[in-house]
Amino acid sequence: MKVSLAIPCFVDQIYPQVGVSAVKVLERLGCEVDYPEGQTCCGQPPFNSGCWDEARAVAEHALEVFADSEVIVNLSGSCGTMMKIFYPDIFKGTAQHFAALKLAPRVYEFSDFLVNKLGVRDVGARFAGTATFHDGCHGLRELGVESQPRELLRHVRDLTLIEMKEAKTCCGFGGTFAVKFPMISTAMDEVKCASILETEADCVVSNDSSCLMQIEGLLRRQGRSTRCLHLAEVLAQT
Amino acid sequence: MSTHVQDFKRMASRYTADLRHRGLIQRALRSYEVKRDENKQRFQSWEEARQAASEIKWEAINHLDRHLQELITKLEARGTKVFVAGTGAQARDYILSVVKENNVRTIIKSKSMTTEEIDLNEALEHDGCTVFESDLGEYIVQLRHEKPYHLVFPAMHLTRDEISDLFEKELGSEPTSNPEELTMIARRAMRQNYCRADMGISGANFAVAETGMISITENEGNARLTTSLPKIHVAIVGIEKVLPRLEDLALFLPMLATAGAGQALTCYNTLYGGPRQPGEVDGPEQFHVVLLDNRRTELLADPEQRDALHCIRCGACLNVCPIFKNVGGHSYGTTYQGPIGSVITPHLRGLQDWKHLSNASSLCGACTEACPVGIDLHHHLIQNRRNANQSKPSMVEKILYGLFAFQMRDPWLYRISGKLAAFFYPLHRLIKGTTLDPLINWTKTREFPAPAQESFHDYWRKKKKESPDGRS
Repeated sequence: MKVSLAIPCFVDQIYPQVGVSAVKVLERLGCEVDYPEGQTCCGQPPFNSGCWDEARAVAEHALEVFADSEVIVNLSGSCGTMMKIFYPDIFKGTAQHFAALKLAPRVYEFSDFLVNKLGVRDVGARFAGTATFHDGCHGLRELGVESQPRELLRHVRDLTLIEMKEAKTCCGFGGTFAVKFPMISTAMDEVKCASILETEADCVVSNDSSCLMQIEGLLRRQGRSTRCLHLAEVLAQT
Repeated sequence: MSTHVQDFKRMASRYTADLRHRGLIQRALRSYEVKRDENKQRFQSWEEARQAASEIKWEAINHLDRHLQELITKLEARGTKVFVAGTGAQARDYILSVVKENNVRTIIKSKSMTTEEIDLNEALEHDGCTVFESDLGEYIVQLRHEKPYHLVFPAMHLTRDEISDLFEKELGSEPTSNPEELTMIARRAMRQNYCRADMGISGANFAVAETGMISITENEGNARLTTSLPKIHVAIVGIEKVLPRLEDLALFLPMLATAGAGQALTCYNTLYGGPRQPGEVDGPEQFHVVLLDNRRTELLADPEQRDALHCIRCGACLNVCPIFKNVGGHSYGTTYQGPIGSVITPHLRGLQDWKHLSNASSLCGACTEACPVGIDLHHHLIQNRRNANQSKPSMVEKILYGLFAFQMRDPWLYRISGKLAAFFYPLHRLIKGTTLDPLINWTKTREFPAPAQESFHDYWRKKKKESPDGRS
């Protein structure tokens, strides 16, 4: 299957290994992976700040970049939500509305693509250790991604999945919210990290690197060594 | 910046730093969640019940004119005096006129957020009346001269010991940490107030158009006494509380109890159909229903957010909200706290003054998932942000995101800025955590990751050069 990767801008710049891992996993499963090189950002920062004109300007570029892609796999539930759910909203009443509606069904979150589009649960990965899974809110509640990453993790050899109590509680990132209301964002992060630490797992895995940036940021400040990994990084290991 | 946003930030900083307080609220809400989930199981399908409730409310709100007319006609047919108040001031003036006509001095109240919304107690006290709250939680916050902390659990922020101390100070009771004893202390004080009161004021949980009745649901029996002992009963009802049919209560009463308090059904569910009828031996001599608009019709005129009028004030969205759980109810500075408050307060009290509440959200969507009547809460927060920006753009954001969009529409510019950021990042260490640090709001409490030396795009270029067919 021909697959276009949508790499969120901050993954491109800060966590490229997540993208590299996703390429490995997809190619291992026989996909023909393409990375449309003109891609930049999905436009979520201005969208979340209420600046929809600016969000549309960025999103318009993304619509052009992915116009010919048959299947778009996004490595972030949040950026995937932007393309799949919010593009049709922001382009309502504009010339690009139809293009946005056409794009939406072709966008998949990474784990959802593997399980529901490719029909794969065992990607042939091996990862020695214990892990707990954090649900990114956008993936969970906007895209319905809940069982998919867990199915994939359960099929990883030598990996033990330990559910934390607050798996579905927001980590407090929320984009610009994290810096506009740092005291609230950090308090939420504290609740999340305490729940992660309670499991005593070696690593926390998520399908959203933005959540992991928030979680890792506090864990490191607290002097904790729990590893923070994107699902793709775990699935890439053999 | 409005003073409201500064107040909010100050209170949020105070409460998030108070680990004892956060622990208290989070423990209380965890036990609520357990009970709520148990009682959800009693529904054949909670999700289908939500869908049905949402459809009934949709019908009620989208044909509000018809249902209100029917409600008024039916209420008046049994001698109830109905007053339609466009504003909070009109509602207060009407109630004050009833107070004056009947020489009312002492008033007993059951729980009503709508009266909080229009500052009724303050107006009544200003006119020389003595007002007693009869709901235990409301009574406690009244003794503390505080606003309710949570729209369903007004005193949830207090421990038994704090309540004991309060009663000792205000009522002269003996200290105790036994909840039953504390309740008895309040009950003894309150019973006298019922007998003394010339007027009882209540809110309403629902108003049934078909039969012309007010439905009140409560756990303490205080609303029954409030509405039946005094000679005059005044009920203040937001116009969105209308339900078309009596049978709708069969769904809404258990749903409100489950979503709101984790109960199968609230202990006392009463319907009020009018004043004492000829030949009846009890009930109030006068029954007044004040139907309050107070900018609800403006929300009704907004097709995008009209569903916010579906709200049954159960508080389920507060109970699951990670923001509420960490900043607490008093930080909001609003009558209605939590996600529903953040959505509707800008409509009720002005978008520019209250838009910060829509910004103070990670948009996690836990509220929307919990709402029993299917209000699209977290998306309304995004719409409020958009509307606030359209009506009064922030120049700083306009310029910042204008530049951002310019950069993101040009892949070359995007990549070169990434390279520059990675190059200059080591210098960040010199200013990290100082006032010069542009990331101070992040780095004050969290570590910020270093940009990668080689971006994914760099990797892809190399990979393609090594195997031009794109396969590794």
